[in-house]
Amino acid sequence: MSSTLYYTILVISAIGAVSAIVLYYISQRFRVEEDHRIDEVEALLPGSNCASCGYAGCRAFAEACVSADQLTGLVCPVGGNETAIALASLLGKEKAEVIPVTAVVRCEGSCDVRPRTSRYEGVKTCLSITSLYGGETGCRYGCHGFSDCVRACLFDAIHMNPATGLPVVDAVKCNGCGACEAACPVGLIEMRRKMPGNRQIFVACRNKDPEPRASNACSVACTACGNCMEACGFDAIRISNNLATIDAWKCTLCRKCVSVCPSRSIREVNFPARKIKSPGELVQS
Amino acid sequence: MKLFRKMTRTFRQGGIHPADDKFTAREPIVTLSLPAKVIIPLQQHAGKPAIPVVQPGDRVKAGTLIARLQGEISANIHSSVSGVVSAFEEHPDASGASIPSLVIEREGDEWTENMVTGDDLSSTPIPDRETILSRIREAGVVGMGGAAFPTHVKLRIPDSLVVDTLLINGVECEPFLTADHRLMLEKPDEILTGTAILMKALDIREAIIGIEANKQDAINVMARSAANFSGITVVSLEMKYPQGSEKQLIEALTDRRVEPGKLPATSGVLVNNVATTYAVFEAVIRQKPLVDRVVTVTGKSLSHPGNFLARIGTPVVELIRAAGGLPDNTGKVIAGGPMMGHALASLDVPVTKGLSGIVVLSREESPRSLPQTCIRCGKCVEGCPMNLEPYLLMAQSEKGLYEKALQNSLLCCMECGTCSYVCPAFRPVLDYIREGKKMSGKVAASTPARG
Repeated sequence: MSSTLYYTILVISAIGAVSAIVLYYISQRFRVEEDHRIDEVEALLPGSNCASCGYAGCRAFAEACVSADQLTGLVCPVGGNETAIALASLLGKEKAEVIPVTAVVRCEGSCDVRPRTSRYEGVKTCLSITSLYGGETGCRYGCHGFSDCVRACLFDAIHMNPATGLPVVDAVKCNGCGACEAACPVGLIEMRRKMPGNRQIFVACRNKDPEPRASNACSVACTACGNCMEACGFDAIRISNNLATIDAWKCTLCRKCVSVCPSRSIREVNFPARKIKSPGELVQS
Repeated sequence: MKLFRKMTRTFRQGGIHPADDKFTAREPIVTLSLPAKVIIPLQQHAGKPAIPVVQPGDRVKAGTLIARLQGEISANIHSSVSGVVSAFEEHPDASGASIPSLVIEREGDEWTENMVTGDDLSSTPIPDRETILSRIREAGVVGMGGAAFPTHVKLRIPDSLVVDTLLINGVECEPFLTADHRLMLEKPDEILTGTAILMKALDIREAIIGIEANKQDAINVMARSAANFSGITVVSLEMKYPQGSEKQLIEALTDRRVEPGKLPATSGVLVNNVATTYAVFEAVIRQKPLVDRVVTVTGKSLSHPGNFLARIGTPVVELIRAAGGLPDNTGKVIAGGPMMGHALASLDVPVTKGLSGIVVLSREESPRSLPQTCIRCGKCVEGCPMNLEPYLLMAQSEKGLYEKALQNSLLCCMECGTCSYVCPAFRPVLDYIREGKKMSGKVAASTPARG
């Protein structure tokens, strides 16, 4: 009885020892020499594997950085400028230019201003509803409210506002990876240049229908009246396809366009509350 | 008559028989009173939209060409009423997409002159092959069973293929719909003449008309008329959805199979719907363009459901008015049959060449049940007429694994809806598959730039 036990231990140990020798030989013989800098670069990266750099993950991006001659175009939007500087000094290459961006949602069509015309009963994703028809309201360009963008965000930076049924971007958490932009099937999310204090001025509408169809469907739809274009002193606003668009590169956040918009489609984000001018009081800006 | 060796034939793989509810089968076709305005979409067919040849302000007659086909696959579009073109704008169609459309305000009812009128057209000879093809092309005839594929393109068989049999689809397997059924009962000679015209155009000797067994009266009427024509047989088919689908009908009638992604002509057959065949008759013998069609307006809660001959472009709301108005408890209005049709978001959408019915469902009939998790029962696999695995395609589409779904023949799905219908867990199987089909096209189109 006990001899069976001993033989078993002996045989298994022998197999183990032989296997160990074979494995050791194979691992030495077929060892892949890898640049140690890849690990170092990867350690500098955020490790979120969001793929917003265009590569399959942080390791793939690190490999690309190490093998590239120059870092131009190799940008980690999540890590931003600091990561770019650290990367450049580690690899001894010139730093890639990083333009910080942030997401904005170009729709303000809440249930109050955009009446429902039908009820959708299918799969509750934005992708599914757009593959069937124009959505539950008269505006087929607007937000469907089924949170595809929220599910796409790895950084907890976009949430649905239960009062309006529209997504809201947390500008502090948003690092501009662009996952929500790719997830939105109607293209409502725009990546805009980050401005001081996370302030933004943008047209919160994508409705390309002509008047009066746009304003019939939604009372805060852009009617392409052109008032904002006239008010803008910096040539930042263009109107095409019945829709105004503000160029983030030219916009100086002066807010002149906001007050002239008759449908209140232009939104200002993260500005302090406007002071009300009363006679005799000097307003400090 | 070897075709009658079995009384009822059908396709082999999958299929279901939902309750057919065809209670408008006894309602004769009623000509709908002319609407005040029509909205005519310039894309009512598969392929490229037609290019408008009239402008707002132009005066047109019923039958005037208002948009000309462009490119290889496209179809002419004619005005369905006389009046004045009032606008050229985007307008939603029954599928929910916005389509450039011409709006015509109706004045009177004048027709273009070159049409042949009169009821007795039996003496009119069938013209030669070239004339047939050009008249079908000019008249803008498209497949009226739903897919709306231009008929003149279908009839242009590539030289490498030989077609020996023409199949006429009188199956109408969708529940509720009776438009084709009524047309067969009321216009059998016209449909058979249309069949003879198509046979001459294709230079073939054999045609089979397939009709499901629940339309015994239509089978009798058509068989009686078919006795006057050589080479045309009428076959009774077992009731099974989706037998009206091209590939299933080919298998049921001829025992031939069409390879995935191939045209039916590769198997030597060509399929046309009975309504299309009637339109072919009108185009070739009467020289009348396709400007009207029979639409079933039905639903258990409607007071006067029926079959209406409506001009193309008539707003759906007019049809519902003719059927007694929209009942208070309406839950859904569906364009097409209840299996494959689209629920309408608005009743202002126009009747198009491919619209065979309007189904009004009450609030009690229409809601979907709450989806639960897949229990792997395999009912969808058993039911799928295309031999696919719907539960798998659903899961892969849901998780965004589009490439894997493509490997599992995602694109062979014809969206018949059998999987969603049979699912005991009420899962929206087809919704996910449709989503996957849409997204996999995008994935294939955009090749990754880096990485």
